[in-house]
Amino acid sequence: MTDCKMTRATASAILLAGALLIGGAPAARAADLLIRDATVHTVTSRGTLANTDVLVRDGVIAAIGHDLPVATHATVVEAKGRPLTPGLYGGFTDVGLEEVSLEPSTVDSTLNLKSPAWDQQWHPELDVTAAFNPRSSLVPVTRIEGVTWTVLGPSSDDSIMAGQGAAVTLDGRYDAVLPGSHLLFVQMGSDGARHSGGTRAAEYLLLEQAIREARAKGPVAPDSLLHAAGREVLARYLAGGRVVFEVDRAADILAVIAFAHRNGMKPIIYGGSEAWIVAQQLAQADVPVIVDPLADLPRDFDHLGATLENAARLQRAGVRIAFSGLESGNARLIRQLAGNAVAHGLPADAALAAITANAADIVGIGATRGRIAVGQVADLVLWSGTDPLELSSLADQVWIAGRPVPMRSRQTELRDRYLERLRVHEAR
Amino acid sequence: MLNLSRLASASGAALLVTLGFLASTSEAGEPFPSTYEIPAAVPVLIQGATVLTGMGERLDDADVLIANGKIVGVGHGLSAPAGATIVNGHDRWVTPGIIDIHSHLGVYASPGVEGLNDGNEATNPVTANVWAEHSIWPQDPGFQTALEGGVTTLQILPGSANLIGGRSAIVKNVPATTYQAMKFPGAAYGLKMACGENPKRVYGEKGQAPSTRMGNVAGYRQAFADAQDYQRQWDSYRRDLAEYEKKKANPSGTDKPPTPPTPPKRDLKLETLAEVLNGHIRVHVHCYRSDEMATMLDIADEFGFKIAAFHHAVEAYKIADRLAQRGVCAAMWADWWGFKMEAYDGIQENLPMVDYPEQSCAIVHSDSENGIQRLNQEAAKAIAHGERVGLHVPPERAIRWLTANPARSLGLEDRIGTLSPGKGADVVVWNRNPFSVYALAQLVYIDGVLRFDREHPSAKPRSDFLLGQPGAEGSP
Repeated sequence: MTDCKMTRATASAILLAGALLIGGAPAARAADLLIRDATVHTVTSRGTLANTDVLVRDGVIAAIGHDLPVATHATVVEAKGRPLTPGLYGGFTDVGLEEVSLEPSTVDSTLNLKSPAWDQQWHPELDVTAAFNPRSSLVPVTRIEGVTWTVLGPSSDDSIMAGQGAAVTLDGRYDAVLPGSHLLFVQMGSDGARHSGGTRAAEYLLLEQAIREARAKGPVAPDSLLHAAGREVLARYLAGGRVVFEVDRAADILAVIAFAHRNGMKPIIYGGSEAWIVAQQLAQADVPVIVDPLADLPRDFDHLGATLENAARLQRAGVRIAFSGLESGNARLIRQLAGNAVAHGLPADAALAAITANAADIVGIGATRGRIAVGQVADLVLWSGTDPLELSSLADQVWIAGRPVPMRSRQTELRDRYLERLRVHEAR
Repeated sequence: MLNLSRLASASGAALLVTLGFLASTSEAGEPFPSTYEIPAAVPVLIQGATVLTGMGERLDDADVLIANGKIVGVGHGLSAPAGATIVNGHDRWVTPGIIDIHSHLGVYASPGVEGLNDGNEATNPVTANVWAEHSIWPQDPGFQTALEGGVTTLQILPGSANLIGGRSAIVKNVPATTYQAMKFPGAAYGLKMACGENPKRVYGEKGQAPSTRMGNVAGYRQAFADAQDYQRQWDSYRRDLAEYEKKKANPSGTDKPPTPPTPPKRDLKLETLAEVLNGHIRVHVHCYRSDEMATMLDIADEFGFKIAAFHHAVEAYKIADRLAQRGVCAAMWADWWGFKMEAYDGIQENLPMVDYPEQSCAIVHSDSENGIQRLNQEAAKAIAHGERVGLHVPPERAIRWLTANPARSLGLEDRIGTLSPGKGADVVVWNRNPFSVYALAQLVYIDGVLRFDREHPSAKPRSDFLLGQPGAEGSP
């Protein structure tokens, strides 16, 4: 890091915390952390606060203000006006579920029981977070760019019911799942039709069948879609659970919302390439949409209305939006999605919210993540430059739950090894 | 202006003559000739802009004058010819048009349906006989979104399923109903080759060679060995033909009349490879790992051809000095990594590290219908990560990754890639520093013709495919 403005005391604190994290055990009670004189992007109604201090105690934001009193053992970081944001969310990803996506032995995100469409078994009870590996090289690669949490979403190669995922923190702890964030994932549209006998109409046929089974009492018939555990889990989602429907075509979005509401589910639209076309209905129904703001091509006939203005149009209509759409290895590029949405009409504060507070709210963890506010978990990022969405800005320091993250990854190790060789060679 | 288009096709024709050692084999000349024409346009004077020339310079508050399809001048206080359009460059940045040397637009078009899946002739590991241009669907809406990102020239390649995938097409990013009307006049063809995992996976799964990296190398070498043999057959035929022509011109009276030699049967696969050995077709190699790039350099030495560029090259940083010494370009993403084993060692400093040695040739490429819309942002990310480790790349140098360096890899450095007088006027006017996430191309000129104007929807091309579709302006 060429632009390290932290005190020596902080640097050693980071090293210490790094050692503890690598050991896998949470450190003993940490000293207070005071980040002084930052430009604080609160992502709350308070907006952005200039020359402001943030005090962190026991991993939680304890105070936000000016001239905050400092305990003698506190770690003090001089922000010198640099931007401080909440830790970013990385979108719906497989970080910690895959190492190399084309190497099946390193991928745990996808269930494939090789069952043909006419003989399906659904497993809503599958919880993909059970496969999360906090030691994956993707975790440090992702978090040193300011991404402190992500939503793990399963996929399925043989049914539209992919199973459950949830939000995880990326500080390297084994018990990484953030409570209250479980989601059920269902693939709709033309992608889902591949697993439904070739027509998207059959997606509803199969869902209706599964719902009927989940509500049924008595023994499970041998040719059922669901096992007993699956019945229980699906029944929970039918009682107000958050269900992520991956769907893009305007007509399908409306159909999914009606279906979900009829069956007691809280729908989240994921993809939503044509969501802007039905923005009014989405706003009225208070259905959030997770969009890829860079998706502007008709990549198939479900995406004919794709436009770079999707995010801005949805926001103007009053729809709650968050972003996603990156390869897991590049979940770190979530800021670039936000910056491009701004270039195409989304206000900057709304774009930052779409990768912090909105995402947290949508998956049910808004009380603890996504904002800089007293009582929130101290997932914080101090950025170089002046604009946290700008490509020239990089994370100078990341804290997760108040602890500084070691700003190293397998990639920085590779870089340093070969950069040294290159410079030695050039010097000769 | 008409004279210009004639000029363009004339220079194209001249080059084609120098091209074909097999010219005698096709009496009609080079097949599928370019029909690209430059429409008439009034001169354009861009005033008071920040200009990145592509030659390593940044000029502040400078003017750019375009006329007759060419850059006329760059400097201060240029005067407008009669009838010129004046563009206010205040707070705007001007760069050469962006060149993407790794695109599959048109061959893997949007929508990505089966009927438009034309990028990989994955039926034989060596398909040097196929030409990407014959798969290009000019109505791919991706051409226009790339244009909105400032892309003026593209190399469209076959996919990487094969060891040798076929000929590339170099096109101008202009709306057209035929690919011939996009074809860059006089541009040399490229040959697509692929290292590593893709060919061995595709053919290994079919139970045929190659199924390993050593199988890959055997495949490249045999193909070029066959091409050498083919060259010898044609050399021999040409000697016999010369002998025959000589005898015919000077009959000796005693001998019976000479009989003309029979030419060897044309083999389209070997014809392309022989053109590579002759230096007329430029070699572009999809190659991720540094050790495999080194192997390919050795193969090039064995058969006596030159590699124009390694594409993807996620490990190019490990051999940056060697690539610079060899004069081989590396075309890279800013940060793609990890999606396959050979991409596992990708780092975000690859571009600035490859750029670092003297005589280097670092290129930003897309290989993506999405990435091609934001190649400026790819460069911007690499600049930021270079800066962090002390590799300072100013905008006037970084722009070369998108313009002059890709032009060099295509052999078009005398035609495009910089804003120097006499070059084709491929020019982008940006609303700010192009290395900002908020930067948008406002105006895009190709050969001096305004092809995109963000403020005027009528000056935005629109694919036939999108007419009347849900996203279309004015659609129901």
